[in-house]
Amino acid sequence: MCLAVPGKILEIVDSGEPVIGRTAMVDFQGSRLEASLAMVPEAEVDDWVLVHAGFAMSVLDEKEAKENWDMLKAALGDDVELVGNEPTPKGDEDDQ
Amino acid sequence: MTSDVQAVVAELNDLCADLEAAGKPVAIMEICGTHTVSLFRTGAKSLLPSSLRLVSGPGCPVCVTSQGYIDLACDLAAEPDVIIATYGDMVRVPGARGSLETMRGEGAEIAVVYSARDAVKLAEENPTKRVIFLSVGFETTTPGTALSVLEAENRGIDNLLILAQNKLVIPAMHALLGGGEMPINGFLCPGHVSIVIGSDAYKPIADQYGKPCVVAGFELHNMLLALLHIVRQVAAGENRVENVYSLTVTEPGNLHAQAIVDKVFQPCDAVWRAIGMIPASGLELREEYGRFDALSHFDLEMGPDVCPAGCICGEVIQGQATPAECKLFGTGCTPIKPVGPCMVSSEGTCAAWFRYNRNTARTVE
Repeated sequence: MCLAVPGKILEIVDSGEPVIGRTAMVDFQGSRLEASLAMVPEAEVDDWVLVHAGFAMSVLDEKEAKENWDMLKAALGDDVELVGNEPTPKGDEDDQ
Repeated sequence: MTSDVQAVVAELNDLCADLEAAGKPVAIMEICGTHTVSLFRTGAKSLLPSSLRLVSGPGCPVCVTSQGYIDLACDLAAEPDVIIATYGDMVRVPGARGSLETMRGEGAEIAVVYSARDAVKLAEENPTKRVIFLSVGFETTTPGTALSVLEAENRGIDNLLILAQNKLVIPAMHALLGGGEMPINGFLCPGHVSIVIGSDAYKPIADQYGKPCVVAGFELHNMLLALLHIVRQVAAGENRVENVYSLTVTEPGNLHAQAIVDKVFQPCDAVWRAIGMIPASGLELREEYGRFDALSHFDLEMGPDVCPAGCICGEVIQGQATPAECKLFGTGCTPIKPVGPCMVSSEGTCAAWFRYNRNTARTVE
């Protein structure tokens, strides 16, 4: 449940939620989800972030992020998920 | 097997053989449920020397949630005008009178959410309902919950309630080690919890109990490397904190996340399933945010933690028994019909053993 998943920031918008602040549309190898950047104020477009339950927790370099994704896939395969039981990034199975 | 993995395995084999020959076989606890699953799934377990024992620890949030909490969540689900918002893992955990899934079958509104933010949205969209968020999880999960509480506060959303059962890893490690002789030589420390708390958080464990602590990610080579670093320290009689996930995890951790949690929550004593109360191992809402507290809103108290007859989840998550030693494992308790929480969560030790190690477990049994 403490699994965080790496994704790339495609776009940053103001959520309109005062505390949540900036949110990003994050690409998880084909699956797109919104994540709050409140915990990583330094994050910018094209950065890779580790996202847990809708919140980016860490900014990664790209090489590290790709290794992270590969290792999560290797480690957990079908179980790669952002938290709890949903949602599961799809579309990564055919890429490898 | 790549050459770097081969090299790590070869050195692990040599060091563990020497230590076993010296009458000091090594046992390492992996704290984190995701490590438990990854060690099976990547094949790491099959590459390790037989003299190196890996022991699963209390690092699956669902598994350490007391039955009293599940029962309370079910009671709250039966209240009028209530929506329970929960991570999916919690829905099937059996309580004394059934699970949240049972309650859903009886008409209760149980919404599975992906983020605490979704619970805030649910509350906003359902102003006539009380939305109760089941706030479980370790340090990785809590910052998002804290931020969501602040968001609800800021926007005057007054129908969101939090049933807090957030847990802290370091006090649990103290409790495991403080109880006397713990036959563990070192700790494989969780990668993503450590993003938040930082690798420095393990220094008191390494110093006070003389146990090496090494932070690792979840990939085969990274986990094996961490185990090697622990075994090297054991062989050399050292007890330091090391971080082989160093690009992702920093020494101080994520200070923004820590500050947000500290603003909203304060440490409290917490009951861990089948272990009991561990001082200052949980988090409760600070008084300023007391109006979000589901317990005081309904004037309820958490009931006792009761373990189902025959279930040894408590011993399993303290590294005192393996799932194979449970009489219910694979017969009375399966992922389809779980008895204890360690069989419910995909990160639970029993579920991991059932999925990846069932045949070996039967042989052991």
